[in-house]
Parts: sequence; structure tokens; C-alpha cells
Amino acid sequence: MTWTFSRRDVLKASSALALTFPAARVLAAAPAPTAITPALIEAARKEGKVVYYTSIDLPLAEKIAKSFEAKYPGIAVRVERTGAERVFQRIGQEYGSRIYAVDVVNSSDAAHFIAWKRDGILAPDVPEDVAKLYPAEHKDPDGQFASFRVGMSVIGYNTNLVKAEDAPKSFADLLDPKWSGKMVKAHPGYSGNVMSATFQVTRDLGWEYLEKLAKQKIMQVQSSTDPPKKLALGERAVMVDGNEYNALQIKEAGQPIEIVYPSEGTPMAVGPNAIFKNAPNPNAARLLNSYMFTPECQQLVIDAGALRSVHPGAKEKPGRKPFKDIKVMKDDAAGVEKMAEQIKGRYSKIFGV
Amino acid sequence: MTIAVSDPPARMTHGFDYTKLVLYGIALVLCVLIVLPMSWLIYYAFVDKNGAFTFGNFVTLVNDPTLLDPLITTFTLAFSTSLICCIVAAPMGWLVARTDMPLRRTVRLLVTASFVTPPFLGAIAWELLAAPNSGLLNKIYRVVTGAAADEHLLNIYSFSGLIFVIACYTFPYVFVLVANALDRTPGELEDASSILGGSTWVTARRVTIPLVLPAILAGALVAFLQAMTLFGSPAILALPAGFHTMTTKIWSLFQYPPKPELAAAASLPLLILTVLLLRAEHMILGRRSYAVLGGKNSDPRLIRLGWMRWAALALCFIVLLNPVFLPYAALFNATFSKVASQFITFSNFTFHNIHFVLFELSATKLALYNTFVLGIATATIGTVVAVVISYLTTREAVSGHRALGFLATAPVAIPGIVLGVGLFLSYTRPPFVLYGTLWILLLAFLTLAMPAAYQQMQSALKAIHPELEDASRILGATRLKALRQITAPLLRTSVIATWCFVFVGTIRELSAAVMLFTSETKVISVLIFDLNESGDLAAISVLGLIMLVVTSGIVALANRLRLGGGSVRLRDN
Repeated sequence: MTWTFSRRDVLKASSALALTFPAARVLAAAPAPTAITPALIEAARKEGKVVYYTSIDLPLAEKIAKSFEAKYPGIAVRVERTGAERVFQRIGQEYGSRIYAVDVVNSSDAAHFIAWKRDGILAPDVPEDVAKLYPAEHKDPDGQFASFRVGMSVIGYNTNLVKAEDAPKSFADLLDPKWSGKMVKAHPGYSGNVMSATFQVTRDLGWEYLEKLAKQKIMQVQSSTDPPKKLALGERAVMVDGNEYNALQIKEAGQPIEIVYPSEGTPMAVGPNAIFKNAPNPNAARLLNSYMFTPECQQLVIDAGALRSVHPGAKEKPGRKPFKDIKVMKDDAAGVEKMAEQIKGRYSKIFGV
Repeated sequence: MTIAVSDPPARMTHGFDYTKLVLYGIALVLCVLIVLPMSWLIYYAFVDKNGAFTFGNFVTLVNDPTLLDPLITTFTLAFSTSLICCIVAAPMGWLVARTDMPLRRTVRLLVTASFVTPPFLGAIAWELLAAPNSGLLNKIYRVVTGAAADEHLLNIYSFSGLIFVIACYTFPYVFVLVANALDRTPGELEDASSILGGSTWVTARRVTIPLVLPAILAGALVAFLQAMTLFGSPAILALPAGFHTMTTKIWSLFQYPPKPELAAAASLPLLILTVLLLRAEHMILGRRSYAVLGGKNSDPRLIRLGWMRWAALALCFIVLLNPVFLPYAALFNATFSKVASQFITFSNFTFHNIHFVLFELSATKLALYNTFVLGIATATIGTVVAVVISYLTTREAVSGHRALGFLATAPVAIPGIVLGVGLFLSYTRPPFVLYGTLWILLLAFLTLAMPAAYQQMQSALKAIHPELEDASRILGATRLKALRQITAPLLRTSVIATWCFVFVGTIRELSAAVMLFTSETKVISVLIFDLNESGDLAAISVLGLIMLVVTSGIVALANRLRLGGGSVRLRDN
């Protein structure tokens, strides 16, 4: 067998070297920010596609993908949407078999990024907006991930089935026998948002709370995108947890659902973005990642997606409760990372699935 | 004379029997297909995380209630389903085969329609119909009776709901077995009974029913197996209801952190029980041959039901409401409605869902492509292999043909999810790293399709008497030439029919696919499953109707080609 090198291969190799050496010298610090330059766009266009694994609600993920494709024609985005915990499992399973399919990942369980970073499979990439504008607590000091979105897990109810004055105001209210058989809840073995929420609720209210809640004949679904949809269908009157952004979208579309920010505090889940070292489309990956932190995409995430953004340039949409006015439970990705397996096991025992 | 005698032996010593080579080649392929994943499965069941021998996995299995409960649930589920299937399907089979009930062909066709509906799609459709609050049927119930907003007639998210939905898509197995057995039972036996003075009902009770009893028992076993190994319906309905079955538990053991050893250990009881039940089925069905003893059969006389034939027809249609009419109506409604749980009106009619699935959902194109590539490849390769194997076994062309037949039938004992686990364990490591490619799915689908394809082709070949080939060979044709000129044309319709059935069975396979897919190798069934998890019921309905259109096209084709017999056993997921 003879090896032939094309000029492009040589170019690739030399640019890879050029990239590796400076990075090796300043290992501890974040790399230089990635700017969206014509050269990057051109390189991304040569790759022609990018694969985006995410746990974000599918229609929203496809909207983000379409907006990217409209801005950078010739680069197709393929969205792989599943629950955050399944995204984590899938990447683990694929990487375990040396299958490198994913370019950019977004997950609603920030703990996953700690694990991936520890495994050394993420590529440092700091979009320009992140470098210049993002607060320090929302970006990894080594530049391997940054908060793409902030989500909350809220209580909600169907306004046709529950009057506003009867609606629950707190987690404690959900233990009222009148809600027995009327509630829907997502699963921490599947949803990253609910994993974070379960960690925060059991930390602040104790496991006894969930044990009591489990006696209320809960309808157990998987993704945290599902409970708001079940409320809208009228399948259940109240949701214990579920994405605030889905609930807002559905409410703003005129469906009969209302959101409750529980008085004990609203569980919060940060959803970072990262790209992988072995990304099959490295340039398109960096372009997509950079694009997703631009004010343009962040505003789309807020306006169309009803998510929260930590981009200082992004504006909250009028009519929604401003993020700063919501009492949130403290998020703690490192804590979730340590407890995740235990939480899944204990939760399964209590709820039976 | 002397020349004629001495000539053939000389040719025989020169000629090399290529069929032997084919035999060994295929035997090897079948061994790899079946034996490799099963060995890894057994190996994993008996080792711990570090690869040391242990019984620990089985100890955990028996002691951990989150593993033992699903086992008990699964048996109860399978037993109840099997019972219901027999009670409903056996009388229907009799009505269609032995009475003068009108529209008998239509009823058979509609049972076929429930046969080819993927059970997971049926389960999702029943979510739309009978979810306690948003289900369309419960809404109608509340409007009609004026019941309060939180009262409901049906709750599909329950153990009984799950049994019902599984029974909906399992009863065709019993129906087909019973109807076929009756079709084949000669009329003389019943005539003899009548001549000897037995009334219609005495004849039915003392002749007909004993004759089909083996078929009913076999049907009960098949239904039991189907319900036990089904994955899609429990995953969709049992999890919201708060319980696991064995298959969903095995699947959940692959959640992070994956526990392949426990999954393998949990798979073994399913595998062993399946083997045992199939042995039992074989013993029962083996006895059935006495039913077709009498040389030339006359058509059975149809029993006159009088005015009751209309009642019988109504009964059949009421049964068929559940697997066919209602679910497809619900999917149709959800496709064109803005909210899946609302009836279509002028104000909420929409094409958005179709647009979303076809133009916005970036996974659709790839999944459709993968599904069709795999469907066509599996059907083509599977049919070719099945033809070759059944030729070798029915013509007893080579020694060792019996083993070949056994190998081709063996996968019937492997539940899809167990095969998925086995294949995952086998092909994620050297020397065969196939995970992440379409090849591993092709292997899975081929293995699962082989028994049905083989049974189908074997019965077709048995129906062609070898004397036709012999004549050709006596006239000087080689074995291959005889095959090409005589056997192949006679087999054509059966080959096409087998191809269609393998294709239909493949595009709806979920249980193995859900263990083996990656983002690059997703198929429609897995896409539907994912969409169900995020609650996108409208998108599922669109994909479901696309599947329905494709499947019914293929089945219509198979029916046009006068597919004989119902021995085809589609795999359930």
C-alpha cells in the first residue's frame, strides 16, 4: 500500500501542529477566543455539515439549526435530540466503541461537562462573545465549555382543570391529597433538568419529600419537555417539574397552562455547550458553537425558545417574569456529578421505574 | 448399454459438488450470526466487572426487587395476554373459516392490517385514545354521560391497559393459526359426523374443536412469547404507569452507568423460557399432522348461522375496532390537529405537523434512508439465504441439512432485545467492530427475519415435487440448470412474498434496533420511540401514517401475488 499526501493533507497536518503547540504551552489558561472569520466559515463550508447532540426541545433545536443554516448556507446541521442523561449515555457508549460522531454537544445537566473534561475528550473552544462578555461563573476556566442556556424546572397547571386560587404555590402544596392521581412528573434518569432539580429538591427539602410525593399516584414521563405538553393536552392537571421554557412557549401559544415558581425556590439547570476533540467536523463545530453564543442566536433562544440567557446583550422578552426576580435554588454541577448515580438508584426505588 | 452405464460414474468423479461448499459457507454464516452473540451474552452473564467468573449477577437478579418485580410482572402480563388472545381470536378464526358469515375475506384482510401495525405505534395511538384525561374516547365518554372533568372510562397507563394493547396486536397470531388449521382440516371428517346423525353443533363440538385444539394451544404459546418479549408497548405505557417489564428493565440497565453484566443475566431467563415454550409448541404442533390425513380433501361445508351471521359479523368488527379502526383514526386526527388530543375542527386544522416532520426535523431524511436501505438489504439477502437453505433441506441435497434447518429456525427463540444485547456485546470489540455502522443492524434484522423467511420458503419448496427437477436432470441438466429453469420460475411468487414480509417485518423492528442504533444509524422505529419520550405525538402520527402507507403498499403487493398460508410469523418489538 502506498501513501499519498494531497496538499490539503499537508496543510491540515501543519495547521494541526500549529494549533497543538501553543495550546500545550499555556495548558492551564483558556485558549485564544474563536472569532468568526471568513477563513473559519470557508473551512466549515468545506466540511459541509455539523452534528449537534442536544437535550433541548426538538422544535427549538431545529429552529436554531435552521437559523444557522440560513446564515451560513452550505453547512447542514443534523440535530440528535434526546434527554440529557441519554445524550451522556450515548456519547459514552459511542466513544467506548471509538465512534466519533458528535461535533457539538449541549446538555441540560452541567455535571456531564465535568465528567467529559475529566476524561479529556473536550476540545477547548471559547467563542468571542463568551471570552468578552460572559461572567466567569458561566465559563470553564480552561475554555472547554460555557453556559449556552439557563433553564428552570417549574410547577405548572392546566387552567381549565385548576382555578388560579386553588393552584399549588409550593412544593409542599403538592403533597395535598387533592392532587393525588392528577400530577405528571419527568424522570432524572432521563432528563438533565430533572436530575439537577432532584438534586436541589432533595438537598433543600430532603428525600422524605419525594417519598411522600411518590404516594400521590404520579404519572411518570421521561423528558422534562413532556410534562408541559401533557398539561396542554389536558392529560394531567398539575406538573411537579418540567421545563419553564416549554411551559412558556405553550402558554404564549394560547394554550391553557400557567406557571408556578414554587415558594421554596425554583430548581435551576445550566445547559452548557462544548465541542469534542475528535469532532468529525472540527471547523463547522467551532463555527456553530461560536454562532450559538452570538447575541443573534441567544436572542432567538430567548424569543422563540423562552429560555434564559446569561449573555449581557440579550434582552428578556416583556411579559415574562424576569430571571432576576425569580427565587432560584442554588445549582451545583459538581454536587450533581458526585451524586448522580445515587440519585437515579434511589429515585427508581421510590417511584418504581 | 455398456457405454451408457459406464459413462455417468466417470462424470461423477470429475464433477465437484458445489452444494457442499454452499452448505458449509451458509452454516458458518449462521453460526456466526447466532452463536457469537449468544456466547457473549452467556459469558457476560457469568462474569463480574473485572472479568472474573461469578454467579453474582444472578444473585443480584433474584435479590434486587427492582429486578425481580419486572420478571413477575412480565409473566402475569404474558399469561393474561395469551388467554385474552385465545378467547377472542379462536372464535373469530372459526367464524371466518367455517361459517357463512358475510365479508369473511374482509375480516381476514383487516386482521392482516393489525398484524402489520407496529405494536409500538398501536400503543402510542392508544395513548391518544385512552389516556385517562386527554384520551379521545374518555372525552366522548364525559360528553355523553356528563361525567366530571377528572372522571374517566379507560386508563391506558395501567397494567390492564398494557395487556389490552398488547393483546390487540398479538391476537392475529392465534387467529391465523386457528383459521389456517381449519382451512386445512378436511370436510370429510365433519361430513362423516353428519352422516352418522350428528347435528351441526355436535359435529362442531366433537370433531372440529378437537381438531383445532392443537392450533389454539400453539397460538396461546406464540401469544405468550410475543407478549413476554415485546419492548415497545411496555416502554410507552408501563413507564408512565410506574412499573417495568423485563424488556424495559434490560433496556434501562444500559442507562449510564451501563451494567451489561446484569443486562445479560436478566436476558437469560427470557431466552431459556422462550426455548422451552418453543419446544412445547413444536410438540403440540407436531401432533397436528393427523388433521390432514385424508388424501384428497373436499372443501369443508360452511355452517349456516342464519340471522346470527350478522351478529357474528358485528362482533368481528367490534373486535377489529381496537387494533385497526380506532388507532388509525386517532393517528389521522393527531396528524391534522393543532393539539393531538383535540378533535379536528375548522379552527384547529393544520398542515404544520406534516411540514415539521418532512422539512424541519433533520433526523427524518436519514432515518427514512436507513430504514429503506436496511429493509431492502435484509429482505433481499434474507430471502436468498432462505431459498438456498430450504432447497438444501427439503431436497436433502447434502448430509447435515438437518443442522442447517435447525440453525435457520433457532433465532425464533431469541427475543429481539436479547439479540440486541448480545450483538452489542459481540460487535463493539475486536475482531468485529460493527457498532455504529448499518452492518450491525443488518445482522440483527437478518437474524430475526431468518426463521420466518425459512419457514415460508421451505413450505413453498415442499409444495413443488422433486420429480420436476429430476426430469430435468435426467434429460442432462446440471443441478444448477435445473434450479434455474424449473424450480426458480415455480418459486417466483413465494420468493416475492417472502421478500415483502421480511421487508415489512424489518422496517417496524424496534427492540433490537433500540439497543444498536447510533445517531448515524437511526431508523424510523427508533425515531418514533425518541419522539414519544419528548411527547411529540403529532410528529409520531405523521411518521406512523407514512409507515402505514408503505407497509400496506407492500402487503397489498404480497396479497396480489396470492401469498398462501399464514405460516409467516412477523416479529414483534
